[in-house]
Amino acid sequence: MDKFNIEIDGKTIEADPGSMLIEAADNNGIHIPRFCYHKKLSVAANCRMCLVEVEKAPKPLPACATPVTAGMIVRTRSKKALEAQRAVMEFLLINHPLDCPICDQGGECELQDVAMGYGKDLSRYTEGKRTVKDKNIGPLISTEMTRCIQCTRCVRFGEEVAGFREMGGMNRGEHLEIGTYLDHNLQSEVSGNIIDLCPVGALTSKPFRFKARAWELQQRPSIAPHDALGSNINVHLRRGEVMRVVPRDNESINETWLSDRDRFAYTGLNSDDRLMQPMIKRKGVWETVDWSLALEQAAIGLKEIINLEGADELAALASTQSTLEELYLLQKIMRCLGSPHVDHRVRQIDFSCQDAMPLFPGLYQSIEQIEHADQILILGSNIHHDMPLLALRIRKAQVHGAKVHAINPLPFTYHFDVQHDCVCDPQDMIILLMGIAAALNISLGVEASISDTAKAIATDLQSGKRVTILLGVLVEHHPQSSLIRHLAKLIADQCLGQVGLLTEGPNAAGAWLAGMVPHRQAAGKKANKMGQDAAQLCETPKKGYVLFNLEPLDIGQTNVMQTLKAAKFVIALTSFKQADLLDVADVILPIAPFTETVGTFVNLTGLWQSFTAVSKPFGEVRPGWKVLRVLGNLLELPGFDYEDAFAIRDELKAQVDAFTPDAPAPLPAITKPSAQEGLVRVGHWPIYRGDPLVRRAQPLQDSGLNGSVAAFVHPALAVRLKLTVGQHVIVQQSHAHIQLPLQVDERLPMNVVYIPAGYSETAILADYAAVILGAAT
Amino acid sequence: MQDNKSNLLEHEVRAEIDRWVAKYPPEHKQSAVLSALHLAQDQNGGWISQDLLDAVADYLDMPRIAVYEVATFYTMFDLKPVGKHKIGLCTNISCQLQGSDKIADHLKTCLGVDFGCTTNDGQFTLREVECLGACRNGPVMHLDKTYHENLTPEKIDEILAAVEDQA
Ligand code: SF4
Ligand code: FES
Ligand code: FES
Repeated sequence: MDKFNIEIDGKTIEADPGSMLIEAADNNGIHIPRFCYHKKLSVAANCRMCLVEVEKAPKPLPACATPVTAGMIVRTRSKKALEAQRAVMEFLLINHPLDCPICDQGGECELQDVAMGYGKDLSRYTEGKRTVKDKNIGPLISTEMTRCIQCTRCVRFGEEVAGFREMGGMNRGEHLEIGTYLDHNLQSEVSGNIIDLCPVGALTSKPFRFKARAWELQQRPSIAPHDALGSNINVHLRRGEVMRVVPRDNESINETWLSDRDRFAYTGLNSDDRLMQPMIKRKGVWETVDWSLALEQAAIGLKEIINLEGADELAALASTQSTLEELYLLQKIMRCLGSPHVDHRVRQIDFSCQDAMPLFPGLYQSIEQIEHADQILILGSNIHHDMPLLALRIRKAQVHGAKVHAINPLPFTYHFDVQHDCVCDPQDMIILLMGIAAALNISLGVEASISDTAKAIATDLQSGKRVTILLGVLVEHHPQSSLIRHLAKLIADQCLGQVGLLTEGPNAAGAWLAGMVPHRQAAGKKANKMGQDAAQLCETPKKGYVLFNLEPLDIGQTNVMQTLKAAKFVIALTSFKQADLLDVADVILPIAPFTETVGTFVNLTGLWQSFTAVSKPFGEVRPGWKVLRVLGNLLELPGFDYEDAFAIRDELKAQVDAFTPDAPAPLPAITKPSAQEGLVRVGHWPIYRGDPLVRRAQPLQDSGLNGSVAAFVHPALAVRLKLTVGQHVIVQQSHAHIQLPLQVDERLPMNVVYIPAGYSETAILADYAAVILGAAT
Repeated sequence: MQDNKSNLLEHEVRAEIDRWVAKYPPEHKQSAVLSALHLAQDQNGGWISQDLLDAVADYLDMPRIAVYEVATFYTMFDLKPVGKHKIGLCTNISCQLQGSDKIADHLKTCLGVDFGCTTNDGQFTLREVECLGACRNGPVMHLDKTYHENLTPEKIDEILAAVEDQA
């Protein structure tokens, strides 16, 4: 149907048929007060604050629940409307405390604002007010339930957006209370959004509680540094100190939402581990020194390795939490020095498809397009934890009728309906995929058996018009990751669908573009000299290493600690002090985290998002790009006199624009998988263990979402091994053995032992490798 | 990962819930929640424990919080232990005009407890309830699932004596 005209407050505006009055008003900058209405939630129409006068209607109507009709004449500020609004305001305030000065929401409270704008100055109410006991819902959100006006936004968010209902309305009438009924930590990974949604001070940020007033804060835009979505954020500062992080609307990325990880990880910025000054190790003892000495030592150390051992003995590893500029400069230094050994894929084992990679890994479709997929296959991802907001898009697709299937080596919980939730060991994942491919009549060249599940998934995928296959980190880390990618590609092609790669960290795409891979230089040019990949660099020791933004427990390679210890010279550029780093490094250069530096992250759709420093660096901390610029100059390398960080970005951008990379090589041939023998350890970086910053965010650590540090097995396996829950067991691999408590999970495959990565206790274990469990004595 | 508590519901109770579920379209399983809660309450001697609330939710594939909402919304569900018999006396207007005050006093004296309390021997829980919909024969009370109308102090004595005889 065509748009038609309506009139609001004498202004003629166009409205979409079927839309509500409040939307039409919002789209035209006409403000109508509201509490329960939110553009991203269903209409509840329970607060009545949005009453307006509509000509020919006998009574005022709620704008949020009144559909527009052609020729409608609406008055939002007429006497009748104002009276109605004032009356509603008075009712709402009957049970609401009038003590804004002691409320944390004061100054940014919708109720306060609307009361100012639409209420009366004086309260006529003298009777007692209703009070409600506060609830403890975990370390992220404070409750003051007496302030709740029962708009049910928080309840609807759980049900409609998160897909996981934890808040509800208990009792009824006068006794209605919003809460969780039982006190427990919210388990949702996007729970913080209810802080923003709550129009009053009932739900507020616990870490930010009573820290500052809204009017004391300055707001600076930035980009969230924890997953490849690159959610847009605003950082709120008081006198230069980061006080909190809130979402910045961007429909094509994070909409109005933010994951708890992106919202609360800032609490790690002020951790006691923050490095203030450069340090060097002399005769095994750490000394704090000034920058010139530290940089000189760094340069001398590097030159020494080159002179004595050759540039080939030098390697650099970086995390994907580094900026595009940092990664570009780091590889430039290394390559100028003559070492091709640079990599950011520190958790990957199988590199055989690296030449088949496109210019950068990503989704190869817009984030919004995920919502419109009708068949989604998730391969190897705990999607809600790995990419919380992408999972919300998948949920939307599912609610609109898409079928979602998941194949994972570990059991995960989904907050949307999953048609086929297949949990199978790493080899069976491949067998299942081959079965799906075979059921789709794809000739693989090897024999594949088609199980019923494979057949059912294949039938579903084939029926899809917009098929998307998403490959997560558990595929990236898989020892046959290339094979899985190849199979996924074949299946997607057969269904005219798309394969998307869900990388870790905010800037994996940037790392590829910047040339932080051993086989390609910046912009995807073939490397002049082929370097070794992260696995080789950790397996066979080099003499010198540069670690950028990495702690050893971020590196998923076997032997990494031994290798680093054996090296002659290790430079660590990092923001935090960490025991393993102190153990292996010789020079530590404190670099700025994302809030204190300017830089660019490239997200999974290839979008370059630059941000500036929102606060001054701590102590003597310097932005990483500046440190690398000085280092380049100290090493007398050409091309390191950038004016500012933008010049670095622009240099790279020009290369990317000018260069057309060769078509990626074909994916390696399909081979027959071997059956899994014995037990295999599968690891996964829990939601709040993936990077140095989030690991130091105490509220997130306390949320319980990481799960416990234990060896998880199927209960039947525990029985077979004569082990009992809670007992300490010895976990043994070829080169390592550690002790962990035993836990059971009946959804685990019989031969898989889940042990979380991202903890120093478990860092020594190899991922996707054989393991033996035995009772500890 | 939460454990599924469905098995806490007795076998017969689950079978009975299934009968209710079958009355609704398959995607509206949760429509059976009221019946399921009643059954769970009967299984447990008149009140629904926390575990049983969860069991009903798990059995009907509902978010647990949704079951808590329903169970707290209706006064006919007791979420704390109660006496063996529940007495609910209506004190709304029609019954009041017919002298429910006197009945209330009498009940309280006989049982030795106030509204909202359970007798020491655990036999009776006494409650004040809203209109029971039997106004023309007020005062009205229910004893468990039976209505007693046109109440007088003498009638109360008989009713209570009959219950005690059974015991
Ligand atoms: S807690 Fe806040 S968001 Fe939730 S119902 Fe109450 S006022 Fe609304
Ligand atoms: S905003 Fe319309 S009724 Fe609440
Ligand atoms: S008023 Fe007592 S039953 Fe209606």
